[in-house]
Amino acid sequence: MMEWVNVIIQGVLIGGLYAMFAAGLALIFGVMRLVNIAHGDLIVVAAYLALIVTGAVGVNPLAAILIVAPVMAAIGYVLQRALLNWTLGDDLLPPLLVTFGLSVIIQNGLLELFTADSRRLAAGAIEVASFPVAEGIWIGVLPFIQLVAAIAVIGGLQVLFYSRPLGRAFRATADDPSVAQLMGLDNRHVFALAMAVSLAVIAVAGVLIAIRTNFDPAIGPARLIFGFEAVIIGGLGSLWGTLAGGIILGVSQAIGAHIDPGWQQLAGHLAFLAILAVRPQGLFPRIQG
Amino acid sequence: MPEALLEVRSLDAHYGDFQALFSVSLAAAAGDVVAVIGANGAGKSTLLNSIAGLIRSRPDAILFRGEPIGELPAHAVVARGIALVPEGRRLFPSLTLEENLLIGGQLARPGPWNLARVYELFPALAERRHLPSARLSGGQQQMGAIGRALMSNPSLLLCDELSLGLAPIVVRDLYARLPQIVAEGVSLIIVEQDVVQALNAAKEVYCLQEGRVALAGRSASLSHAAISAAYFGA
Repeated sequence: MMEWVNVIIQGVLIGGLYAMFAAGLALIFGVMRLVNIAHGDLIVVAAYLALIVTGAVGVNPLAAILIVAPVMAAIGYVLQRALLNWTLGDDLLPPLLVTFGLSVIIQNGLLELFTADSRRLAAGAIEVASFPVAEGIWIGVLPFIQLVAAIAVIGGLQVLFYSRPLGRAFRATADDPSVAQLMGLDNRHVFALAMAVSLAVIAVAGVLIAIRTNFDPAIGPARLIFGFEAVIIGGLGSLWGTLAGGIILGVSQAIGAHIDPGWQQLAGHLAFLAILAVRPQGLFPRIQG
Repeated sequence: MPEALLEVRSLDAHYGDFQALFSVSLAAAAGDVVAVIGANGAGKSTLLNSIAGLIRSRPDAILFRGEPIGELPAHAVVARGIALVPEGRRLFPSLTLEENLLIGGQLARPGPWNLARVYELFPALAERRHLPSARLSGGQQQMGAIGRALMSNPSLLLCDELSLGLAPIVVRDLYARLPQIVAEGVSLIIVEQDVVQALNAAKEVYCLQEGRVALAGRSASLSHAAISAAYFGA
């Protein structure tokens, strides 16, 4: 019994990471109808940036987030203004193709710069530290930090979206980009800010997962698919739904892995397919006005 | 004649190969109420969308305070002081009424209009401020759309088909508020299919027919027959 409680708790803890991948993805899809195929590779870019920062400054990877997140935000802004804005229009296909190309470019660029060697961010003693919550149940400090970070990030996005002028601008532009311009909003700038927020969010997630598991230049698409699955399970209606989606995915994977280590990914995909079949709009769909 | 606040000079507009406006000229002085009337598809909305910057034009085809604004994008045009109430209201459905007004005011141009002033003009909005805009009636949505445009403190307000889909009594009520807006120093250009309403509200009238100005003059001086001919074509 305790064994299963433990499994589920571990699943919940990893689910926070998936929720952050998903929140970044959902945010830009919601604001500008852009499906970012390079999302996973940008998560990996954040991990390599953290590798550089920790190597150069010698700080803990958790502290490196304070540098990596703003850098990723800046990359997001420039990427959107210089490239992705030109692909937006009535057709969903051009941004899909361009971000697919971007994904290939990032993977190969990382391969050139960092070789195919598998890396990990070393965070020191915190990696193995844990604390007991009940008889026979221990929670790792690092996974716990990850879940707390996910809740903080998603709560922060919730505040940004629903009680800040920038979030209002995001929602208005998502509703009706042409009328949003009549309010004095420059769509190109609003979209670039949305991409900046998205990449800042995945910078946090990218660094946290790089402390937990190995990464290499080709791992991006695997990250992307967890993000996609969490978005679709959660539905596009609310950010907390995204968190729920991430946690459901994390728990499914943990249960699968406990039955047989080879079933970890399969169990996640099966949970995703089951929800897609039963409730294609996701658990928390967007409410149509 | 006082110096024109807005001057449109032989404006052409195209949608792909289709030409919607042919050398349209129009002027509005500060404090004016100008009506643009015409049948469906005459080019009225195209004219307003061109002025508002949603459709780009030749730079000198549109002058505002003497400066060319024809090629400015919409977000830059509103920053200069021209606000558009779009056809069909088009409030942002996922925002509350008050959020719609706030986003209209996000440029923070100085002027008399703020939330309190808009609620004073349209008291019906005040009690519904926290409702999702989609839950408002058509008339309330239209008030919201006017309020949202006023929040940018424009010198010139463009109103596209205020009467569209609304009951006559609601339309009368809306038009009865317009003088209060003009009294705050806002000039109006009203596009309207409801000719009687437009003639009552406006000092100057332009009648468009198939993308051309078929008739222009002071609303008091135009005969019924002349308007009818310009509206429907000879």
